[in-house]
Amino acid sequence: MTAAILPYLAILRARFILMLQYRAAAFAGFATQCWWGVIKIMVMAAFYAGAAHQPINLAQAITYTWLGQAFLALLPWQADAEISEAVESGNIAYERLRPVDTHLLWLVRAAAMRAANTSLRLVPMFIVAAVLLPLAGLAEWSWRLPPNLAAGALFAVSITLAALLSSGFTVLLNIAVTALKTRRAANIAPVLVTPLSGMIVPLVLMPAWSQPLLFWQPFAGLVDIPYRIYFANLTGVGALAGLAAQALWIVLFILIGRAWMNRVMARVDMQGG
Amino acid sequence: MAFGARAQMAQIRVENLSKTYRIAARDPGLAGAVRGLFRRRYRDVAALNNVSFALERGELLGLIGPNGAGKSTTIKILSGILRPSSGHCDVDGLIPWEQRIAHVARIGVVFGQRTQLWWDLPITESFDLLRDIYRVDAARFASTRERLVEMLKIAPLLDTPLRQLSLGQRMRCEITAALLHTPTILFLDEPTIGLDAVSKLALREFVKELNRTDGVTVILTTHDMHDIEALARRVLIIGNGRLLRDSSFESMRSEILGERRLIVDFASDNDDIASHGATIRARDGRTVEYAFDPARIAAHTLIASIAAAHDVIDIRVEDPKIEEVIARFYALHGAVES
Amino acid sequence: MNGLALYRSYIRNCLRAQMLYPTAFLLRLVTQFAITITEFAGLFALFVRFGHIRGWTFAEIALFYGTVSTAFALTDVATRGFEMFGPQFVKTGDFDRVLLRPRSATLQLMGFEFGFTSLGRVLQGLIALAVGVGLTPIDWSVAKALLLLWAMTGGVALFFGIQVLQGTLSFWTVESLEIVNTLTYGGVEAAQYPLDIYAAWFRKFLIFVVPLGCVVYFPVAAILGRSDVAGVTPLVGALTPFAGFVFLAIAFAAWRRGIRHYTSTGS
Repeated sequence: MTAAILPYLAILRARFILMLQYRAAAFAGFATQCWWGVIKIMVMAAFYAGAAHQPINLAQAITYTWLGQAFLALLPWQADAEISEAVESGNIAYERLRPVDTHLLWLVRAAAMRAANTSLRLVPMFIVAAVLLPLAGLAEWSWRLPPNLAAGALFAVSITLAALLSSGFTVLLNIAVTALKTRRAANIAPVLVTPLSGMIVPLVLMPAWSQPLLFWQPFAGLVDIPYRIYFANLTGVGALAGLAAQALWIVLFILIGRAWMNRVMARVDMQGG
Repeated sequence: MAFGARAQMAQIRVENLSKTYRIAARDPGLAGAVRGLFRRRYRDVAALNNVSFALERGELLGLIGPNGAGKSTTIKILSGILRPSSGHCDVDGLIPWEQRIAHVARIGVVFGQRTQLWWDLPITESFDLLRDIYRVDAARFASTRERLVEMLKIAPLLDTPLRQLSLGQRMRCEITAALLHTPTILFLDEPTIGLDAVSKLALREFVKELNRTDGVTVILTTHDMHDIEALARRVLIIGNGRLLRDSSFESMRSEILGERRLIVDFASDNDDIASHGATIRARDGRTVEYAFDPARIAAHTLIASIAAAHDVIDIRVEDPKIEEVIARFYALHGAVES
Repeated sequence: MNGLALYRSYIRNCLRAQMLYPTAFLLRLVTQFAITITEFAGLFALFVRFGHIRGWTFAEIALFYGTVSTAFALTDVATRGFEMFGPQFVKTGDFDRVLLRPRSATLQLMGFEFGFTSLGRVLQGLIALAVGVGLTPIDWSVAKALLLLWAMTGGVALFFGIQVLQGTLSFWTVESLEIVNTLTYGGVEAAQYPLDIYAAWFRKFLIFVVPLGCVVYFPVAAILGRSDVAGVTPLVGALTPFAGFVFLAIAFAAWRRGIRHYTSTGS
């Protein structure tokens, strides 16, 4: 059993080390996140000052924003950089030479990257936004804790599903890049992910008539669903529906991914001089 | 001619050039990587240590040494893209890193592993862009280009984008590109790396011709000793950042060479082969390789004494391979790869 | 051949290379436009829900947004070389080749890539401007139009300076830095709203450190005739865009320092 996991563990470890090497970039990334959080919160506060009664209140909108920054690395913006490079250099067929299931390999690699990048940002962001801000007397701008244990527990499940969902989608992007032989095949990702996940405007603040559509589309599970579960805007049946929506899309992404990958890999060739 | 006057005429002057790098050192493993987030350790590496030499217009110089010896550092300083830690250097009266634009307009540089051409553009478009960059007069450019294309035989390649060319073809285009603005000095940094035998020969021929007819000063760094043999009249050997030797290739060869080889195929197995005044370097079945110093014993004397003592099928005389010679020279001077 | 003519040569070659795959090119253009217009639509959705932001209407915000977004987009088209400086030039050692050419590094970096696809964002910015201009109930005059143009020029200078700083940082860290996105994309995000919605310390930052307020807020607020807000007068609005050029000058000083560092430490 350990022997089977070893290659995947090795990937995870390698990712961590690679990431830690660029410490300036690591710190800079963190500072960027904080900055974005601050700007968005000030804007939110200004909006809420004029009309306080909304599907989520200002405290929740602020928490939503901080969660978004803390978990930003979970989002699938592009195909795996290694894959893109391998495709463009013609080395992609080497992926098939590894004695592991390629789809699972890519899934684990995507998940590993997300876990590694997120964990580096999560703890400092929490310390700053959830601990230091209230200590500095700025509790109204802080990242609130979940209102109860149930919400917290459900959130833990939901955010894990979000990571899986993102990884599954990333693998689809990888396959698209492999099939079209260019990393530009993944350019569609930010266009879909940014608005539809809730990163531009929390989905729950969009017009009422659009709510059912927005809830059941795949990207809601990346941001909107887990965060609403976090501050108990989605509870009980609603929360379960959210988890179900995430799980549904994870399964669909994986099934589509495996079927598509087999077709694409059969056509992949090696480049050489 | 007095030394002072000679130095005055030198196109390239290097005096006591030194260069020290600070390199960040990181502990291995995951723990080391985390530590590296908070503290960096450095060590100083002396890439060049008091190197001095002078080069006249039209010379063809070979720069050799083990990996990490300081050859690339020297080229970078001479071309102006690196500042030395101390020392002086001037090229045609200009200090390379101080008067960058004026200096680089007069030199051409070819890096063996890298290209200056645009990946997606047809070669001819790359050339035109270079004409614009180097501000070459259109008429002069046309004739220079025609001549180079002819000499390097790249006419059929001109409409192809760089990425579709083979390594040998790329190198020929690369050299053309470096010469389009008729520089007075050409730097070649490992130009034959990865090339097939035919391309290597063609490149050497071209460089020799260029140096002979146009008087372009050439500085060549290479690991391929055959490049040196074919091209360099003068050789600088650099090891551990120091200039170990500066002499003509021939004098270096005959000094370091010092010995020749005699390879003898005996008719039968002999357990007691005498050395006959030479040293036995190797045995393989019935073939024995002798090393001898021609100053102490002549080839024909050695052959005669061996043939008199044994039945011999075949004998041949060889010079040791140039790589062996150089490697022994490095070892002698403690010049190791770094 | 002078710098401008060389730059035109660069652009021609870049266009030719990109047009080799016209469908991919168009797709990128459309995608860029889609992403940015979605942002603008998101802004609109917020106003549908909240109505106004501290008394400023959607049309007024559209004018701020259009100005800063267009300024950024125009710069983005020309400064890809600085933006990608770390991974494309420092990490690969290709900056050596830039130094080996008898031209300024800046000109060569500008010629490295012409971001045609960012024209999608330019279009979005112009649309936002059109919405703002069309919906705000003010009388437009030549003076106001010129002031808007002047503000945008200052904005271009400012964003250019930010990109040059991004390139400069790469001399030391080699990676393309996320943090600069706080100033570019973050800058667009922050400057699309009037400064009075922000806390005092942030307002000061946007005026004195990264003078986004100077190239967007003061001029546009002056155009909108909002003299009820502190510090806004037509004169102030006319002068503050200079800050963008000051910032640019400082950025280039840092850039030259960075080149010196590069040539001292090697690649």
